Amino acid sequence: MISFAQTIRLALTALIRNRSRSLLTMLGVVIGVAAVIITVAIGTGAKTSVADQINGLGSNLIVVIPGSVQTTGAKTGTGGASTLTAADGLAIATLPGVAAVSPVVSVRTQLVANGQNWQTTVSGVATSYTYVRTWPLAQGRFFTQAETDDTAKVAVLGQTVVGQLFPGGSNPVGQSMLVKGVPFTIIGTLSPKGQSGSGQDQDDTVLIPYTSALERLTGSTTVGSLMVSAADANTIDSAQSEITALLEQRHRIVAGQPDDFAVRNLADIAQAASSTASILALLLASVAAVSLLVGGIGIMNIMLVSVTERTREIGLRVALGARAASILRQFLIEAVVLSTGGGAIGVVLGIIGAAAIAYFAHWATSVSVGAVLLALAFSAAVGVFFGYWPARKAAALDPISALRFE
Amino acid sequence: MTPVVEVHGLRKVYPLEDSPGVVALNAVDLTIAPGEFVAVMGPSGSGKSTFMHIVGLLDRPTAGTYLFAGDDVSHLSSDALADLRSRALGFVFQAYNLLPRTTALENVELPMIYAGVPAALRRPAAMEALDAVGLAKVAEHQPNQLSGGQQQRVAIARSIVNQPNLILADEPTGALDTASSEDVMALLRRLNAERGMTVMLVTHEPDVAAFAKRLVTFRDGNIVGDVATKERVLA
Repeated sequence: MISFAQTIRLALTALIRNRSRSLLTMLGVVIGVAAVIITVAIGTGAKTSVADQINGLGSNLIVVIPGSVQTTGAKTGTGGASTLTAADGLAIATLPGVAAVSPVVSVRTQLVANGQNWQTTVSGVATSYTYVRTWPLAQGRFFTQAETDDTAKVAVLGQTVVGQLFPGGSNPVGQSMLVKGVPFTIIGTLSPKGQSGSGQDQDDTVLIPYTSALERLTGSTTVGSLMVSAADANTIDSAQSEITALLEQRHRIVAGQPDDFAVRNLADIAQAASSTASILALLLASVAAVSLLVGGIGIMNIMLVSVTERTREIGLRVALGARAASILRQFLIEAVVLSTGGGAIGVVLGIIGAAAIAYFAHWATSVSVGAVLLALAFSAAVGVFFGYWPARKAAALDPISALRFE
Repeated sequence: MTPVVEVHGLRKVYPLEDSPGVVALNAVDLTIAPGEFVAVMGPSGSGKSTFMHIVGLLDRPTAGTYLFAGDDVSHLSSDALADLRSRALGFVFQAYNLLPRTTALENVELPMIYAGVPAALRRPAAMEALDAVGLAKVAEHQPNQLSGGQQQRVAIARSIVNQPNLILADEPTGALDTASSEDVMALLRRLNAERGMTVMLVTHEPDVAAFAKRLVTFRDGNIVGDVATKERVLA
């Protein structure tokens, strides 16, 4: 009796004898698997980059913004009211579930320095801001609590602003800069952070102490928003409710009345975004699965043709002593080799395709080992499933008529 | 000596709907001893092909007994018959039935693969068989590079490579011209004479049958003649 390894070699020999047809037969599975790999890579990449962008906003970030106000029937949108103060921020900072708080006071204004000028958003923030946003410095230092208390005229520049004001690459630290006509000293620069999830250039910013912003730029006491860092990723929800309770008390909101502020948790947004990405990936994967199915049907088709075409060969093999089981096994292995070979080529093409998409379209793609293994296992299963019927047909041939088949 | 083939009352009926069926073999008794060279002749429908298929373990009789090399093979499973074919039988067909795009050497190796001969032993045995049919020099050629006569000699090499008890040749010269036919028959004759190979040949050409030592004639499912042929001098 023939050994299993020997059957595999017979199957391979038969496939190599029909090289071009074997390759064409594989094509369906090649395309299917490449599609699976690429779509899953895009899906995973999108998911990772959404997660990265949201993490890039800050660690365990909670944002408190002013609510909407209604004046004689006209409602402003959320954030339209001026209800939050730096004192609210200081109160929130004392809550147990909160690690740090920074108010944000943003003003769009013109900067002049080094003979250049640039319009950007100047944000007044607290010393904790770099921690809340997980945003390290590139050069120099951040301002201190003492400077905040003194409403010092010091500024830290984002990389885009550095590029605009100091195009020659000279060191901005120590230089002077006019902000809305007020001279500030540049004491540091922020590391590049890139685009935000909504496509904004986060590096196009200048940070100054919020006290200075309030006193020298806005002349008001309210802040645009409060950025809160929860003590722990697991306590974000409880920190959120603590903040809500505290602000309702401080703003004397009676039960039943709408809050004049809103507390937003970025984890929720992150989850929504990543579940959207998962649904997208699932959708793409099911489209890819359909193309694999079509590839499998292609294999079945060719295997049926092959069985008919090789009827005499099958008769000969039976006459030479092949058992029905070894004929079945040979044809089944041929189908599985075709589909798995197609799968392997598809994986390679898929990886190349994903890299090409990442390179040319600048989409984040990520080829996971799991997707590769799944695609290979699936293509092998396609081979077994669609190869079985033709193999059964081959094994069931009557050797006498098979030998005489023209 | 134990006969290679011993059949008694061998009967084969192909069933048909609404009729008793077609009787291909009525009641055949025949014994073939080792070393014989038997030609089976008869007109179309005489049952000679059916007889060869049953003797070749590719078909089963409806009734009767078949002892192959002394063993009753009437009740063996298909797998057991397949194993027996791979070890004990060699086939030569009218259409050669060599695998295309496969070298002569690999074609000759094929029966050994199914007989489970280890890879290391297959190549020398296949070379030896090709040498025995005078085709060692075309071992690496593929069938489409060989003449009909050469292809049939490769097929004969394939049939002898497992040292079978019996070689069954079904119209081996049917597709060959006269010269090639003579070559092929002379080769079978030589293998029979020099190696003691038992050969059963099915043909309808008296010239071809004349190479055998014994002539069995079939008609209407019965053996109607069983004679020793006049010795023919080898060319």
